[in-house]
Amino acid sequence: MPKLTFEARGYELRGNESVLECLTRHGVTVPHSCKSGICQSCMMRSVRGAPPAEAQKGLKESQQADGYFLACSCVPQTDMEVTLDAPELFLVPAKVQSLVRLNNKIARLRLQAAQPIEYRPGQFVNVRRDDGLIRSYSLASVPQQDDYLELHVQRNAGGQMSSWIHDQLKEGDAVQVSTPRGECYYRPDALDHPLLLIGTGSGLAPLYGVIREALRSGHRDPVWLFHGSRARTGLYLVDELRALAETHENFRYMPCLSGEPDLDGYISARADAAALQQHPNLKSWRVYLCGHPDMVKLAKRNAFLAGAALRDIQSDAFVSAH
Amino acid sequence: MTQSLYETLGGEAAVNAAVDIFYRKVLADNRISRFFEGVDMDKQASKQKAFLTMVFGGPNNYTGKDMRTGHAHLVKMGLNDSHVDAVIENLGSTLKELGVKDGEIAKVAAIANSVRNDVLGR
Repeated sequence: MPKLTFEARGYELRGNESVLECLTRHGVTVPHSCKSGICQSCMMRSVRGAPPAEAQKGLKESQQADGYFLACSCVPQTDMEVTLDAPELFLVPAKVQSLVRLNNKIARLRLQAAQPIEYRPGQFVNVRRDDGLIRSYSLASVPQQDDYLELHVQRNAGGQMSSWIHDQLKEGDAVQVSTPRGECYYRPDALDHPLLLIGTGSGLAPLYGVIREALRSGHRDPVWLFHGSRARTGLYLVDELRALAETHENFRYMPCLSGEPDLDGYISARADAAALQQHPNLKSWRVYLCGHPDMVKLAKRNAFLAGAALRDIQSDAFVSAH
Repeated sequence: MTQSLYETLGGEAAVNAAVDIFYRKVLADNRISRFFEGVDMDKQASKQKAFLTMVFGGPNNYTGKDMRTGHAHLVKMGLNDSHVDAVIENLGSTLKELGVKDGEIAKVAAIANSVRNDVLGR
């Protein structure tokens, strides 16, 4: 009989008992509801021992890779150690290769990691400073094209990490970088679908990675980028994106300004509003959302109402630490 | 050999098609959208899939207690009979859009009604 370990205690499994049944029988509280492998309330993570495929049915690719499973559907075939905690992040040393101001709000930080890091363009990493301060930044780089990790850091008023990066960090300095995570990445099955990318501020970073990865993969369907900010100072890589639009017929770049009146070459509206107004039917589109949490939440809802499938709306919200 | 209601409706594929339509309907329904908003949409969709599986007569292991616990925070927000009625209405129009016969729709509504008191914590 396989052995089940949870919070350093061992539990004997009976017959065809699920992890949920076993733990509940022993008085351990595991959230649950339908007990049929559908509602996903009983999600746990395996620290040791792969969950049977049946127990990972319906989970996102990233969740399956992380060892998440549904406790009510998990009948262990081998010993398993399980937890309700999130995965610990594996940190790797990295050196600052370059730090360039793209404008007075956004800095482009390129890091060389001490060992190769696998990631999908659009995911994010945690950057850890010597004293333990940690913040998340999305990757703008593409592994097959860039031999550095590229982050776009927006200066936030009162932001500890962003101020430090803008004002004190220099070439050659050392930081640590975590395992990449995040949902806002280009899936190979997006190849024959139109793409809609909406970002605010430094939310452009992962979208820039997704776009370059799509074009590198031979994406021929339309790729629409709506990048928004209140004022022009919040937009960046404008020339590079216009150039990309010129060399790739299927890529359209729509810079949006929500706080400034009509300016030639810019849309006077919030990026998400402009995007949905131009594309009111998103059936079979892939949608990528990055930036302010309010924008991401609203745009996700509106993209879904416009016909995009939930699994085809991939987003990472940039939550400020307070 | 007679088919179960769940099989007649089309099993899991029917549930998936129904969630797509049903979730959009409740988000757009001003009477009940507040109970569905502010929640992680992917998690919400999973819960709806489980709910629809149940009312389609499909495999589920919900107990009355599960339904009570699951909806207690909504009852605090003011969930009442009118909202349950609205959900069942949206369920009916979803099934109609999928071409389900009136007789089957009535069976689904009956299953939904059978958990009304548990949902409302009565």
